Amino acid sequence: MFDNPALLKAIFGRLTLESLPLHEPIVVATFIVVALGGIALVGALTYFKLWGYLWREWFTSVDHKRIGVMYMVLGIVMLLRGFSDAIMMRLQQAMAFGGSEGYLNSHHYDQIFTAHGVIMIFFVAMPLVTGLMNFVVPLQIGARDVSFPFLNNFSFWMTVGGAVIVMMSLFVGEFARTGWLAYPPLSGIGYSPDVGVDYYIWALQVAGVGTLLSGVNLVCTIVKMRAPGMTMMRMPIFTWTALCTNVLIVAAFPVLTAVLALLALDRYIGTNFFTNDFGGNPMMYVNLIWIWGHPEVYILILPAFGIFSEVTSAFCGKRLFGYTSMVYATIVITILSYLVWLHHFFTMGSGASVNSFFGITTMIISIPTGAKIFNWLFTMYRGRIRFELPMMWTVAFMLTFVVGGMTGVLLAVPPADFVLHNSLFLVAHFHNVIIGGVLFGLFAGISYWFPKAFGFRLDPFWGKMSFWFWVVGFWFAFMPLYMLGLMGVTRRLRTFEDPLLQIWFIIAAFGAFLILLGIVSFLIQIFVSVRRREQLRDDTGDPWDGRTLEWATSSPPPVYNFAFTPVVHDLDAWADMKKRGYQRPLTGFRDIHMPRNTGAGVILAGLSVVLAVALIWYIWWLAIVSFVALIGYAIAHTFNYSRDFHIPSSDVARVEDERTRLLAAEGQAG
Amino acid sequence: MVVMNPAGDVAAQQRDLLVVSTALMLIVIIPVMALTIFFAWRYRQSNREARYEPDWDHSTHLELVIWAVPLLIIICLGAVTWMGTHLLDPYRPIGRVAAGKPLPPDVRPLEVEVVALDWKWLFIYPEYGVAVVNELAAPVDRPISFRITSASVMNSFYIPALAGQIYAMPGMETRLHAVINKSGDYEGFSANYSGAGFSGMRFAFHGLDDAGFQAWIAKAKDGGGKLDRNGYLELEQPSEKQPVRHYAAVDTDLYKAILNMCVELGKMCMSEMSQIDAKGGLGMAGIRNTLPLLYDKFARRGTIFGPAPSYVASICTTEEALAASKADQSATPMTSTPIVGAGLQRPLPLSIRLPSPSATGTLRSPFNS
Amino acid sequence: MAHADTVIDDTIFHLEDDHGHAESGSSTMLGFWIYLMSDCLIFAMLFAVYGVLGGNYAAGPAPKDLFDLPLVALNTTMLLLSSITYGFAMLEMAKGRVRPMQVWLVITGLFGLAFLGIELYEFAHFIHEGATPQRSGFLSSFFTLVGTHGLHVTFGLVWLVVLMVQVSRHGLIAANQRRLMCLSMFWHFLDVIWIGVFTFVYLMGMLR
Repeated sequence: MFDNPALLKAIFGRLTLESLPLHEPIVVATFIVVALGGIALVGALTYFKLWGYLWREWFTSVDHKRIGVMYMVLGIVMLLRGFSDAIMMRLQQAMAFGGSEGYLNSHHYDQIFTAHGVIMIFFVAMPLVTGLMNFVVPLQIGARDVSFPFLNNFSFWMTVGGAVIVMMSLFVGEFARTGWLAYPPLSGIGYSPDVGVDYYIWALQVAGVGTLLSGVNLVCTIVKMRAPGMTMMRMPIFTWTALCTNVLIVAAFPVLTAVLALLALDRYIGTNFFTNDFGGNPMMYVNLIWIWGHPEVYILILPAFGIFSEVTSAFCGKRLFGYTSMVYATIVITILSYLVWLHHFFTMGSGASVNSFFGITTMIISIPTGAKIFNWLFTMYRGRIRFELPMMWTVAFMLTFVVGGMTGVLLAVPPADFVLHNSLFLVAHFHNVIIGGVLFGLFAGISYWFPKAFGFRLDPFWGKMSFWFWVVGFWFAFMPLYMLGLMGVTRRLRTFEDPLLQIWFIIAAFGAFLILLGIVSFLIQIFVSVRRREQLRDDTGDPWDGRTLEWATSSPPPVYNFAFTPVVHDLDAWADMKKRGYQRPLTGFRDIHMPRNTGAGVILAGLSVVLAVALIWYIWWLAIVSFVALIGYAIAHTFNYSRDFHIPSSDVARVEDERTRLLAAEGQAG
Repeated sequence: MVVMNPAGDVAAQQRDLLVVSTALMLIVIIPVMALTIFFAWRYRQSNREARYEPDWDHSTHLELVIWAVPLLIIICLGAVTWMGTHLLDPYRPIGRVAAGKPLPPDVRPLEVEVVALDWKWLFIYPEYGVAVVNELAAPVDRPISFRITSASVMNSFYIPALAGQIYAMPGMETRLHAVINKSGDYEGFSANYSGAGFSGMRFAFHGLDDAGFQAWIAKAKDGGGKLDRNGYLELEQPSEKQPVRHYAAVDTDLYKAILNMCVELGKMCMSEMSQIDAKGGLGMAGIRNTLPLLYDKFARRGTIFGPAPSYVASICTTEEALAASKADQSATPMTSTPIVGAGLQRPLPLSIRLPSPSATGTLRSPFNS
Repeated sequence: MAHADTVIDDTIFHLEDDHGHAESGSSTMLGFWIYLMSDCLIFAMLFAVYGVLGGNYAAGPAPKDLFDLPLVALNTTMLLLSSITYGFAMLEMAKGRVRPMQVWLVITGLFGLAFLGIELYEFAHFIHEGATPQRSGFLSSFFTLVGTHGLHVTFGLVWLVVLMVQVSRHGLIAANQRRLMCLSMFWHFLDVIWIGVFTFVYLMGMLR
């Protein structure tokens, strides 16, 4: 039976034993380590009988807080993978001089830089940003949950599904060797006939569905579910940035879906959208993907701006300077982000007028961004700054990000872009804004809201270690790349000829090593904090003397967030409540209406992954079966009308009484 | 740092723009960084001397300043950008040899046709009838006019010492005008990732004095061999880190055929196709005018659900096509760029006789008109 | 938020009585509307792609060689009629009359099926003639734009059948009414898209 090739092909498509990289020691070793880790994890979970708990309380949870935390875990796990790729690239580039081929051949190296970009953007930055928004926004607007709690769970599992597909490509087959945006014709079937680009397409399509739906969900939540009294201009600034980001998601991700679908059609049925022959046009792909790609940058950075605004205001003990102009700056950035996409390819020959139009619109974005920086600056002015970790990240951000902003405006000048486009200067620039902006923001956000999520603070010593390693490591890793860019060194090169360049790559590799220490310190920080949680515990629910509503409830918040829906009178609602002597209600609790947990999200996302894998490997019977199952299960799910329940008032009273007791104990101790 | 210290006038002007823009931005960047550090230190919690105003959150004057100053800088920068972009448009023939050194009136630019191949560069000098692989030379102070295309995927043609880069794309032509002011050996390469052999896609660019350039051409002529269509199809096969190769002669229509993706005889040129399309296609009769693809440098498979790979057949016979290309030797520069961006020139409206759809097969070539 | 703008006593910091926040109806309508707008963007992309590639016949057939306007006009009529009958169904729903509503939904479904049938016939005809999606950029973008619309109609029909079953099981409960409203928006949205397709692809294609 197994020597019948036609039968094997019908069953396994193009998946053969050769698809497994058994002959590549690095991959095999990685696989063994990952497999051992996985077995250990599964074993531990089984031994401690945690599966049922995880399934009931986390995987099937529709609670926005738990989903938010799961997004964060996903982002951090994928950060480890994305960073491994980064350090492998740094090592290769530091070694491959003077005829040396380094230790990676082009087959591997080209997959690694593609995977690094894809993973860092889609499966690190996006989940971390979405996770924070998911956790914080409903608390900040005084809501019980998001508008569509089940959809939220489903969105999360679709994002996980995309990540699973990318991770699978490491051990079964290969990933794309095209660069992270997979420009055709290189990504077309003629030049990339293998499964790599198909992995890329389906991972992003599956994750993209999740991102889009979570965008719809959060826009709806912010528009519809704000607490009474919270007008648009009383919304916390993080909620504002979350609103703008999710509007961007809803308006940008369909473009990605469409353009990847067209690329898939080119690759599967031989249409001619982006081919050289038969009237196709590859330049159209470049335009379309950047119409999504540029807003994507702002999808990541806007919430980071929101985090810095919250952190600056809280740790300066001061109202945010220029709230109104901050809001308008955010809205202007949101709109302008759709008018600049062409600056990613000035060198495609669009002509001077088109190029200067897009160059100048790009520069205009720096005006509202600059206004934001000044607003943070003047929030610090006449404040009383407490240099806790979130504030340290903020100051580091302000000093780092302005450099990235400056080089960004430089690259927006088309003639300057002609000499710097696709160079390591460009690579340094976007790492400068993504690490210096988004990642620093995420770390600030994580250390700021961690006590809210878990009821204890993060250990400050290891946090500071992580902070200094990251910041110093960043400057060591990317300043040499700016220099190399000015020396005319282009990106994605695997080997080099000029031996004078090597020292810069070695410095950059050293920087990457410092960042590695930063990541390790961060992991140690979490581990140590969990160990020392009793010392680090915060029973007040308000460890930083916060100003917005999320600090009004307990840490971690009860499943229903607020026993009574809060009423808002001021921008800094919680600061206002504290100032005017708000008394927490102790009686009169009512039943609370909540959505019920469901496993449908996991099942639907799982079926989507199976469908994607079947399509990648041309296993048509499996594709049909999983597609029918997917549609069938989705329909069956709509027949379930009992999706909610009431938390009885007695349960609410029990939870709230416990908090009353803790607060009283805190009051006596303090 | 070659970008900051180039040897060509265009690159030097681009460098100047870089410096000016940086200086303009530092006007605001340096105060911001200084103020950040100063405020962070001055208003630290332990400093009880500093004023603390927890409710101070608005100042119309300050807000005006923080919006107006960046706005003014961007207005300046925008003006500089608008002018610089138009002056340094790679499609624009250069107006001077170097700063304070105007273009002599009688000088003709050196024409170079550039083809990005997997993974090497082909340079054709139509004026001298020679072709070179992975080596480029130009006389000092003589303007160079590049016509750039690619045989397969996107690349970017970049010589940092000479001028900024521009993409090389299959079936399309981009232009670059530049001049080299100092003799010397410089590096050129592809700046856009194009597949496995991308790292090795480098070439030497020599800036030579007139005598040196003549000697270099002579050396190329000595190299012997002729690059014709068949030779090109062999050269086009993917290969990495190719040594320098000279061709004493080159088919005059080769570059045009490469650009129009019809080096293989019998394949319809994109110029022909776009003119037919502009007149409304070939109707239902044109549907079957495709032939199975026999030659393909990647031995490409078709897509899983698509038909077998094919190409659109030329509607003139091989002899006619050859005759047409010979007749066309002295014609005006190639303008029938098949796909045009806003800034690219439109194809010249050639008055061609369009074949009637009913009589495919024995039609006259559009070139003959 | 209904009560966000009303003047509130500024000594009150919480509501004694609150409305259930989970999946309230108005949220669903807004959410579905936002989803439709994102779907609209997918169509906008496909229209743009058709705009770019629509003239690239690769020396093959052009719209005027292929399109059969009377057939497309008939097809358009089917879809427009289905929208009207869906409207009648919604009127009956507003009156709470299940049976007439179901009848109108059946008629809507039949019109939708007729539309799909004619579209599939058109596609089959083109492919039989050799004008396959692979023949030229124009045909690729044509088949994709029109086919994506057709897929949406197919999905709408499946949804319609599911909803009819659910209504017959549970009657016009609030959840079902909400779902019918969503499908209504979806169905009319597809109509609007089709008017774009009919105008820009078929009518203007014949003028090209």
